Amino acid sequence: MSSPHASPRTAPPVRRFLPPGLLFALPFLVLFGVFMVWPLAQGLWMSLTDASFSAHAPAFVGLDNFTEAFGDAEMWRGLWHTVWFTLLSTVPLVLVALGMALLVHTGLPGQWVWRLAFFAPYLLPVGVVSLLWIWLYQPDLGLYNHLLRAVGLDGVAWLSDESVAMYAIVLATLWWTVGFNFLLFLAALQAVPDHLYEAAAIDGAGAWRRLWSITLPQLGRITAVVTVLQILASLKVFEQVYLLTKGGPDNSTRPILEYMYDVGFTGYRLGYASAISYIFFVLVLLASAVQIVALRRKEK
Amino acid sequence: MVSTDVTARPAAPVLPRASAAARPRRGTNLTLGESGLARVLALLALAVSAVLWLLPLAWALLTAFKSEQDASDPVDWFWPKHGWTLDGFTTVVERGALPLWMLNSLLIAGAVTAVTVLVSAMAGYAFSRTLFAGRRGLFALTVAAVLVPPQMLIVPWFQQMLTLGIADTYAAVILPQTVAPVMVFILKKHFDSLPRELEEAARIDGAGHWRIFWSVLLPLSRPMLAAVAIFVFIGAWNNFLWPFVSTSDPALMTLPVGITSVKDAYGVQYAQTMASAVLAALPLVAVFVFFQRHIVKSVATTGLGGQ
Repeated sequence: MSSPHASPRTAPPVRRFLPPGLLFALPFLVLFGVFMVWPLAQGLWMSLTDASFSAHAPAFVGLDNFTEAFGDAEMWRGLWHTVWFTLLSTVPLVLVALGMALLVHTGLPGQWVWRLAFFAPYLLPVGVVSLLWIWLYQPDLGLYNHLLRAVGLDGVAWLSDESVAMYAIVLATLWWTVGFNFLLFLAALQAVPDHLYEAAAIDGAGAWRRLWSITLPQLGRITAVVTVLQILASLKVFEQVYLLTKGGPDNSTRPILEYMYDVGFTGYRLGYASAISYIFFVLVLLASAVQIVALRRKEK
Repeated sequence: MVSTDVTARPAAPVLPRASAAARPRRGTNLTLGESGLARVLALLALAVSAVLWLLPLAWALLTAFKSEQDASDPVDWFWPKHGWTLDGFTTVVERGALPLWMLNSLLIAGAVTAVTVLVSAMAGYAFSRTLFAGRRGLFALTVAAVLVPPQMLIVPWFQQMLTLGIADTYAAVILPQTVAPVMVFILKKHFDSLPRELEEAARIDGAGHWRIFWSVLLPLSRPMLAAVAIFVFIGAWNNFLWPFVSTSDPALMTLPVGITSVKDAYGVQYAQTMASAVLAALPLVAVFVFFQRHIVKSVATTGLGGQ
C-alpha cells in the first residue's frame, strides 16, 4: 500500500488506472455516493410516485404529491410548528448561552462545576431527556407543579395544554442543548486578546464599560455564527417533540419532520412522505441562503 | 530527523482557538474588575443558574432512589416516607435489557466513529494534498452536502436497506451514519494548515502517499482527530431517529431507543424509569467528568463546522 512513487526524483509520474489521490478519497466517495447521493436522488424520484409499503409497483404521478401537500392543512401546520419552534428557541438558546459564558468567563471560583452544570445535559441522549422532562412536567407528581403549588399557584398541564405545550418543549430543549452554544461562546471569550483589557484598565474603564466596549464587540462574529447554527439546528426539531408529546395535544406541536415520519412510517405513503421531506429541504436551503447572504453583508 | 521535527512542532498553530481554551487562565479579573459588588452579583447569578440547570438532574436522582410508592406520593413528594432504596436500579438491571442496549450503543457508536474518522481523514488528505481529475468538483459537492439534513433521508434509507438486504442489522444502523461531509471539510482545512516541509523531507526519503498520511500527518493531527472523534462519538451515542427507524429487532436496540421503549411497556413506574434514565446518562457524563478539557476543546473546534 505504501510508496506509490518508488523514487520521486527520477521516475516520471506513472499513469495509473486510479490516481493515488482518488484512491484516498474513494472510501468516503463510495459511502457518500451510496448513502447520500443515491438516497437524495431516490427520495426525489419517490416524491414523483405513489410509492408505498404495499406490494404494488410505484407508479409515476408527476407533481401530484406536491399539489396535494400544498393543499394539505396538516402539512402547513407542521411547517408552521417547525418555524414557530425555531423562532421561540433560537433567541433564548443564543442569549442564555452568551450570559452563561460571560458569567463563567469572569473567572469566579468553581469553573469546573459551572461547566459541568451547564454542559452535562447536552451529553444526555434525547430518550433520557424526554423521560426526565415528562416526569418533571407530570401534572400531579412532577417537580414543577409541586414547586408552583408550594408558592400558592395552580399547577400547569405542561404537555397536555395546547397553549403551553410548545413553550414546555422549548424550555426542555433550552435546558438540554444550551451547553453546546455556551462552550462555543466560552472558547471565543478566551480568544479575546488580554491586551485589550489591559489597555482599557489603564484607561480606567470599569467592568460594565469593558463588557460593552470590548467583550461584546469582540463577540460579534461568533454570535452571528452561533445564531446561524442554532437556526439550522432548530429547524430540524423532531425527536424531543415526538418523545415528549407525540406531536400533541391534537397535533398542536407536531413539526414538519414528524408529519413526514407519520405519513411515511405510520401511513405507509412513502411517495408523499418524500415530497414532504423535499419541501422541508427547500425550507432549510432557503434559511441557509438568507443566512449566507446576511453573514457576507455583515463581514463587508 | 523527521521525528525530531514532529515533536518540535506541537499542534499549537493549528488550533488557535483550542489552545486558547486550554491555556491556563491569566488575569481572571480582567473582565470583572476589582469591584467586590460586581463579583458577588456575578457569583449569585452563576449559582442561581447552576442550581436551575442541576435541578432536573437532582430530581431524577431523588426519584431513582425512592420506592415506587414514595415516588408517586403527592403529599410527601420530597423526602420519602419509607426511606431510600436501590429497588429501582436492581429491577431495571435485573430485567436485563439495559446492559445489552449499552453494549449495542458502544458497538455502534464505536464503529461509526472509527469508520468516520478514518474515511474522512483520508478524504481530507486527498482533497488537501493530491491532484486528480474532478477533485475540485467532488470537494464542492462535499461542502454543499453539509446542508442536507440527514432526517430527510430516513425514508429512502429505509428502502435502501431493504434493497441492499441489510435491513435490521448492525450494518444498517452504522453505515448511513458514517457519511460526514462536515468532518471531511474540517479535516481538509486542518491538513491545509499543516506545513508541507515535513512531508517533503519524508518524500525525499522515499515515502509514498500512504506513509506520509499515516506516519507524518496523522501523528501531527492527534488533537484534531481526537476532537473529531469525540464529536462524532457523542452524536452517534445519542442518535435516536435512525436507530429507531432502522431496527425492529429488540436485540439491536441502542440505549436512546431502548430506554424510551420501557416507558411504553411499563407505564408509570417513575422510580424505575428514573433509575434507568440515570444509568443511561451515566456513561457519557462520567466520561465528561474525566475528559472535560478534551470534550470542551472538541466542541469548540468541531462544533463550528470549520466556519
